[in-house]
Amino acid sequence: MTDAAAAASETPLIAARGISKSFAAIEVLRDVDLDLKHGEIHALLGENGAGKSTFAKILAGVHRPSRGTLALNGTPVEVPNPIAAQKLGITLIHQEPISFPDLSVAENLVLGRTGGSPLGGVPWVEMTREARRLMDLLGVKIDVTRPMRGLSIADQQMVEIARALASDSRLIIMDEPTAPLTPKEVETLFTIARRLRDEGRTIVFISHRLEEVRVLCDRVTIFRDGNKIATETIGNLTDADIIRLMIGRPLREFLHKTRTSIGDVALKVDNLTSPGLFADISFEVRKGEIVGLGGLVGAGRTDVARALFGVAPAASGTVAIDGKTVSIRQPSQAIDLGLAYVSEDRAVSGIFRTLSVEENITAAVPKQIAPGGVIRRAVEKALASDSVRKLRIRLASLRQPIGELSGGNQQKAILARWLLTDPSVLILDEPTRGIDIGVKAEFYEMIGELAASGRAILLISSELPELLALCDRVLVMSEGRLTANIPRADATQESIMHAAVPRTRVAA
Amino acid sequence: MTTEPMTSPSEPITPSVTDAAPARPLWQVILIRPVMMTVVLLILEPIVASIFWPQSIDLQYILSTFTLTAPLALMALVLTLVIISGEIDLSPASSMALTACVFAAVLQAGLPFPLAVVVCIGLGFVLGLFNAFLVVYLRLPSLIATIGTLTFYRGLAQVLAGDASIKFPEWYQGLNLVTVLGIPVPDLIVTLAAILLALLLSATIFGRQIYQTGTNEIAAQHAGIRTRLIKTALFVTLGVVSALAGMMFTSQLGTVRYDLGLGGELQMVLMAMLGGTYIFGGRGSILGTFLAAWLLSIMTNAMNTASWLPATQFCLLGVLLIVSIIITNFIYSRTQR
Amino acid sequence: MNALKTILLRREMGILVVIILFCLAVGIVKPRFLALDNFRTMLMLVPLIMIVAMGQMLVIIARHVDLSVGSTLGFAAMMTALMFKTAPDIPWYLGFLVAIGIGAVLGFMNGLTVIVFRLPAIIVTLGTLYLYRGLTFIASGAKQIDRQFIPGPLKAMSANAPNFWFPWILIIALAVVLITYWFANHSRLGRQIYAIGSNPVAAPLRGIPVTAVTLTVFSISGALAGLAGIMYASRWGFVNPSNTGWGFEFQVIAAVVIGGVSINGGVGSVLGVVLGVLLLGCVSSALPLLGIPGTVQSAIYGLVIIVALVIDQSVRERGIQALTTARGART
Repeated sequence: MTDAAAAASETPLIAARGISKSFAAIEVLRDVDLDLKHGEIHALLGENGAGKSTFAKILAGVHRPSRGTLALNGTPVEVPNPIAAQKLGITLIHQEPISFPDLSVAENLVLGRTGGSPLGGVPWVEMTREARRLMDLLGVKIDVTRPMRGLSIADQQMVEIARALASDSRLIIMDEPTAPLTPKEVETLFTIARRLRDEGRTIVFISHRLEEVRVLCDRVTIFRDGNKIATETIGNLTDADIIRLMIGRPLREFLHKTRTSIGDVALKVDNLTSPGLFADISFEVRKGEIVGLGGLVGAGRTDVARALFGVAPAASGTVAIDGKTVSIRQPSQAIDLGLAYVSEDRAVSGIFRTLSVEENITAAVPKQIAPGGVIRRAVEKALASDSVRKLRIRLASLRQPIGELSGGNQQKAILARWLLTDPSVLILDEPTRGIDIGVKAEFYEMIGELAASGRAILLISSELPELLALCDRVLVMSEGRLTANIPRADATQESIMHAAVPRTRVAA
Repeated sequence: MTTEPMTSPSEPITPSVTDAAPARPLWQVILIRPVMMTVVLLILEPIVASIFWPQSIDLQYILSTFTLTAPLALMALVLTLVIISGEIDLSPASSMALTACVFAAVLQAGLPFPLAVVVCIGLGFVLGLFNAFLVVYLRLPSLIATIGTLTFYRGLAQVLAGDASIKFPEWYQGLNLVTVLGIPVPDLIVTLAAILLALLLSATIFGRQIYQTGTNEIAAQHAGIRTRLIKTALFVTLGVVSALAGMMFTSQLGTVRYDLGLGGELQMVLMAMLGGTYIFGGRGSILGTFLAAWLLSIMTNAMNTASWLPATQFCLLGVLLIVSIIITNFIYSRTQR
Repeated sequence: MNALKTILLRREMGILVVIILFCLAVGIVKPRFLALDNFRTMLMLVPLIMIVAMGQMLVIIARHVDLSVGSTLGFAAMMTALMFKTAPDIPWYLGFLVAIGIGAVLGFMNGLTVIVFRLPAIIVTLGTLYLYRGLTFIASGAKQIDRQFIPGPLKAMSANAPNFWFPWILIIALAVVLITYWFANHSRLGRQIYAIGSNPVAAPLRGIPVTAVTLTVFSISGALAGLAGIMYASRWGFVNPSNTGWGFEFQVIAAVVIGGVSINGGVGSVLGVVLGVLLLGCVSSALPLLGIPGTVQSAIYGLVIIVALVIDQSVRERGIQALTTARGART
């Protein structure tokens, strides 16, 4: 049936039933039932990894559900790919909008839409006129003949929205759209969203920002651990309710953090700033201490770690290790000074996938395995076997390519690599991501032991239970700044989340 | 160069529950690798050649004709290291010509031999350093950048020597005629170089770090490996070796023209590819390239004996280049999990 | 932000300025350079490169490279010449179809290999550079096709002017330029080529048929090389298996890169490439007048490619920098 008929008969625009999704063996979405009505702004809320983004991507054809059905205006549909989604009138606006940077704004709006033969003429005049019309409609002043390259994120988003309008989308999904926007730009965005809703379209708004959600949205659905927890009209929920629904799980006590004697300051950071990424970061980590660094994705935590380690040095600020001021411009310097960094994405910046486990483990300690330049195989084997034993890495052979190991064991191997450098300061960036429960527990034990042996540990994590279980203190970053320094006694999921979520910037 | 629009940070990466995959049986590891392709070809080729052109498999003949391939083989060995590290260099043949022309000119001008050698090798060093500057420091794509330098260096050689052949003194000529235990010196030099480089690659930490840089440059940087230094060293070494190859080549020929080794870039890359070097970096072996050099030499002999024209031979080489890359890629992608 | 637009515009302006300055400088030293008939000589150097450069431009914009154009030119020229030799009664204008057709097939094979085996175009076309050259030798028995076998009317196209002042081959080159301009800026397929080069990952998501477009681009490059092949026969009156088109690809790439086409794809204008070709033509024609041996040409081309690459890279990085600061958080 048509949209109008559906709206009149109160048939939802999209009816999702039993949507589940697994990546390999990990279940990311479980039996989600959700209705999206015509003419509403619907928020999807939840922690990192809760499943809201995955659900949105299923709607947009980026992923296919492992199980479950979708119905559009009452008729069952399949969305096998993004182009099919476009044809159905569903548009997804990514957090980082995709575009063709060298083509003009007008072209980006139109490309791929118009039917017609390949040699068909490009109607520049009409295209430009139409593009201007759409931009005016959105109230946005962008020169449509300029290339996309160089546009601010806000403007790129506007172009994406204009594209959605140009293809007369009935469902527009916005994934964390307000993160890079100024308050004024947010206001513009909201005005447009409301207008679209009033026209009968449906907007799905994925966000962490409760204040904005409250101002903009009609209904909200909360995800947690892959499940849909609740769908409610926004007016019926308080902020406390929402947060509780988002994170309320029985706190799994993996271990009681053993009392370690906390020693001198091992790492002291003062006013570390990198324009565009983070500003005025100051903190310290003592020997034996586990300091957590929490925050939402994009808050700048990994950028701080990379700056400390010398991968992308900061523009200003001072770093002192064991009391001595240092200037670290590349990772080899950091390693020599006793710093180690287990990076966030091991596939990209950690493992040498096709090289052996042995070679991966010993990669950071060339001087130990080859003091004169020639590799001492026996020494290498001993170091590697020792690591395998200590960390209980499960593998078939030291010589096998590391890519054949499971995720958890790959991560253990990377940790082993860094432990061989005998660091005094260890930065762990999302160390248990993509690892199943059993191995996670092993990791928590190991991290505890590392602290007990006198090392200073900075634990970057998006998993609240992890931070609460392990850390003596939890620092929280939000949008490039430190917003909290919470001692263990005061650390709760709510307090961390509260500091992680950005401040109100929207006038109601 | 590419933009990554799709991955959401909130999704689990590499999710897996199972333990490590069982290791591949040893016989598979040994037998199914690209260098086997080279070995197979090396065995097949003489058999085929001997059917059509019996003279081509005479051992003495093979050894003495390899001297013509030796300079290219020498450069191909070092080029293998460059490719393993994730880059490529198409300019060594041109560097060889340029340094050889300068060497000849300087000798003719009366410079004492040791000094001339220093100049020649020094120039090779500089040419390699320039390549390193463009690729490592300015971060130009190495393929295009070295096409630029290949044209430029060859052009400089042309400017210097014009169309003339510069002669070398009598005593300098005939290196290929000198034999040790019946084996011509150039062959020995190449074999020695192959042994040294193979040891470097497999037994030293430098060699290990070359593989790591080529496998995942970002991970290598994070692990504290000085990738820029490694790549620079490799480009510079290739420059120096091309000067040495030039010295070797000109001793055999007795003269030098600007077009020394014209088209050599194809042959060098071919040797590396036929030897099972992975074009995208991270894998390859000196042994493979070494065997491929011999293979190419034997093949060229057979083609010459059959009176194939140089261009026709190049034709076959062009096909071989593409085919060998396809096979190597195929083998590597099958054995990756 | 018209700044970026101005930079691009400035690029073509920059080349024009360089051309004018160069011509003036040479003209001061050797006034003959500025004579009208020298201008005509210079123009005659240009049409072959111009035609092939149009094709190469499209290939590079699509984020590939075609190193085999010189050999494609030679092969197409040779096959056409052989046809004339063995069947002298065939109407001479059929040669155009044959040459273009053969070139298109060779180009198509390049594209097919790149797509099917997912190999870098630069390596594939390095291989076909030699493969096609070798085939030329085989087909011709290593023998040149001499003047008498090239049809008179074909040769005449390069000689005197039919109507105006310009011989036919110049007019053909001009026509190719205009058609390429239309194609690149005003046809859907042309814009899709820019899109693929600009963001190859996003292209399939936006419904662009990447395989078809890539095959087309390589075929066009080959076809234009084939056209240049028969133009060669027209211009020089003979086809030689070792010289025809040898080394051509470097000149073409140099012209294209000077003309502002980015190696990273997505950026490039017909005007820029035309100016790039003209600049190289000016330089080539100035060399003999200045008494500089033609041997310097290679060095110059090589240097030019390097310099153009460096400029291209720094312009690109400044553009990326601008983008990064525009995303800044509230710090």
